[in-house]
Amino acid sequence: MKKIVVLAKQVPDTANVTGDAMKPDGTVNRAALPAIFNPEDLNALEMGLSIGRKLGFEVHVVTMGPPKAVEILKHALYMGADHVRLISDRRFAAADTLATSYVLSEAVKKLGEVQLVLAGRQAIDGDTAQVGPQVAEKIDFNQITYVTQLKEVAADHIVVERDGETRSETIRTGFPVLLTVTAAANTPRFPNAARMLRFFRAGLESDFSKEELETAEPAGWVIPVWTLDSMGLDPARCGLNGSPTKVHKIKSITLKGTDLQLFEGNKAGIQELVQNIVKDYVEVER
Amino acid sequence: MKTAVFVEKNPLTNRLRDVSMELSWKAHSLMEAHQGEVVGLFVGDRLPEDTERLFHYGMDRLVQFTDPKLDHLYSIAFKHVLKAMIESEEPDFVLFGATHTGRDVAPLVASAMKTGLTADCTQLYVDDFKESGKILYQVRPAFGGNILATIVTPDHRPIMSTVREGVMRLPEHVLDRKPNISTFTAEVRQEWIRSEFLATIAKASGVNFQAANTVVSGGAGVGSRDNFKLIFDLAHALGAEVGASRAAVDFGFVDKERQIGQTGSVVRPKLYIACGISGSVQHRAGMEESSKIIAINTDPDAPIFHIAHMGIVGDLKEVIPTMIKYLKEEAQ
Ligand SMILES: Cc1cc2nc3c(=O)[nH]c(=O)nc-3n(C[C@H](O)[C@H](O)[C@H](O)COP(=O)(O)OP(=O)(O)OC[C@H]3O[C@@H](n4cnc5c(N)ncnc54)[C@H](O)[C@@H]3O)c2cc1C
Ligand SMILES: Nc1ncnc2c1ncn2[C@@H]1O[C@H](COP(=O)(O)O)[C@@H](O)[C@H]1O
Repeated sequence: MKKIVVLAKQVPDTANVTGDAMKPDGTVNRAALPAIFNPEDLNALEMGLSIGRKLGFEVHVVTMGPPKAVEILKHALYMGADHVRLISDRRFAAADTLATSYVLSEAVKKLGEVQLVLAGRQAIDGDTAQVGPQVAEKIDFNQITYVTQLKEVAADHIVVERDGETRSETIRTGFPVLLTVTAAANTPRFPNAARMLRFFRAGLESDFSKEELETAEPAGWVIPVWTLDSMGLDPARCGLNGSPTKVHKIKSITLKGTDLQLFEGNKAGIQELVQNIVKDYVEVER
Repeated sequence: MKTAVFVEKNPLTNRLRDVSMELSWKAHSLMEAHQGEVVGLFVGDRLPEDTERLFHYGMDRLVQFTDPKLDHLYSIAFKHVLKAMIESEEPDFVLFGATHTGRDVAPLVASAMKTGLTADCTQLYVDDFKESGKILYQVRPAFGGNILATIVTPDHRPIMSTVREGVMRLPEHVLDRKPNISTFTAEVRQEWIRSEFLATIAKASGVNFQAANTVVSGGAGVGSRDNFKLIFDLAHALGAEVGASRAAVDFGFVDKERQIGQTGSVVRPKLYIACGISGSVQHRAGMEESSKIIAINTDPDAPIFHIAHMGIVGDLKEVIPTMIKYLKEEAQ
């Protein structure tokens, strides 16, 4: 069956980084941050579900991450994904975009019959926007980045709008293709109540006892895991080993502090401020 | 030593994008200290009409490939041609603008060459690294701007980075250099053209931060789209451009093209007036190098006051109209 693969990542909620999420040495205490479904990956999934429904393609969601990342896979099931899969191995840790895209591209190849891959434009922890294109390159798909709208879906092509920065571009492409999707593209649907009831017990095999597995397996609650060995990957291309970029050092951002001249919020203070501005910055025509 | 710079043009005007000049100048200052060369790489349908400006900004040589078939961003074709150019030039470092084009093509090239690519660098410098010799140190914000990470690519060449427009500065005086352009030989294969551009619509952008001496920005504290008129009025009275925080954009007070910060524009005006903006790291990333910063905020503890030079603790809805009144008086 023809497939759509959505690449989704669990990320720390960097929008809500507070003081205690930073360790004294300037590194981030990931444990102190809530983990969320990367926002633009929800837009990618929404687009995948709507195209999948129109064309009768199966929608697969794949994430590479620690076991805890099953949380977003469950969310994907609630939203309507047909199949979800965790790609997890200690040897994948500390992967940069080259190593991440190697593993994800191998997953797409292993799934087979993939017509369309959808990624978020970027992940809010790394903000690189590189993983999508680097997957496309490795599987030799066409690519369209910064997709802001899905305009047309047909059996052999789609038409999308792309934010080309100085202009917007309406582009038609056949399959196979990889799109990176922006927040503007759609509004992700809410989890479906019936599917929540059906999948709330979903989890990894290790989450179930032997007896529980007897019901969990046929119910579709066991989320499959692929590992480095089960995928037959080259360890030299995974995780830290496969990452050409290394973090040399990290520092937290401190406010540099200036000599602040405060003016009163009353008329006199505001007038004084204005005089200061005019003196230095405004060429007043007299 | 050699640094290659991806040269990009604005398809609407057929002129160079500022980031190409900024990177050329940056590469020039990096290479000058190491007797290195700066080579531009251009791929497209035709050369930008102001190509010679690259040389004024420190480029030594431009390698160009033009083909009328490449009238749009055909990512796969761009990747193949750029990769061939890089293989023939063998630069140590390759710099791309972190534009929507650069961020589309650079990852493809890095993946094809199996090398490292560091996105959105804010500082670049060359130094020794253990037994790898001289490498490029790449500083970038990470974790939503809450930390600065220095990234190195010790064992792979070329070392690739992207840099956002406006981050690297242009010099006050340009060099007096003659163009030095060579043509690269390649053949665009039909199988590389996999997208069909049905239509392109220019974005109506009246925003020009580059040309503005003063920027007046509004944030969530402005409260509504209606109140945002106050920001436009103040900007008008000062002959300034209007900016915004992401919160103001997300609330729909103003259009996205006005966003300043890590995921918006980087500005460096003589005067920056922040109204109802708390001063998050992400916002500061786009404005803290302004020569003078004025903050208007009801909260005396707002972080913006740490980087402001002048300020008023007060309600912008009262402060701004009074400012406009006095500005008009001063003008009389
Ligand atoms: C990955 C990432 C990228 C981001 N990129 C950007 C970016 O590029 N640019 C950006 O700006 N943000 C960015 N953000 C968001 C950023 O973290 C902040 O959320 C945002 O800057 C806050 O905007 P604000 O200061 O307008 O709002 P708030 O933080 O809500 O501050 C509003 C301020 O207004 C003051 N105020 C309220 N009422 C009044 C009044 N009547 N008069 C005067 N003052 C008043 C308040 O005291 C407060 O200080 C990014 C976040 C992430 C995670
Ligand atoms: N570990 C991962 N697992 C699955 N998808 C990922 C992973 N990392 C990145 N992606 C995808 O690539 C996009 C861009 O990520 P980034 O390059 O980190 O900004 C994300 O929005 C995801 O769609």
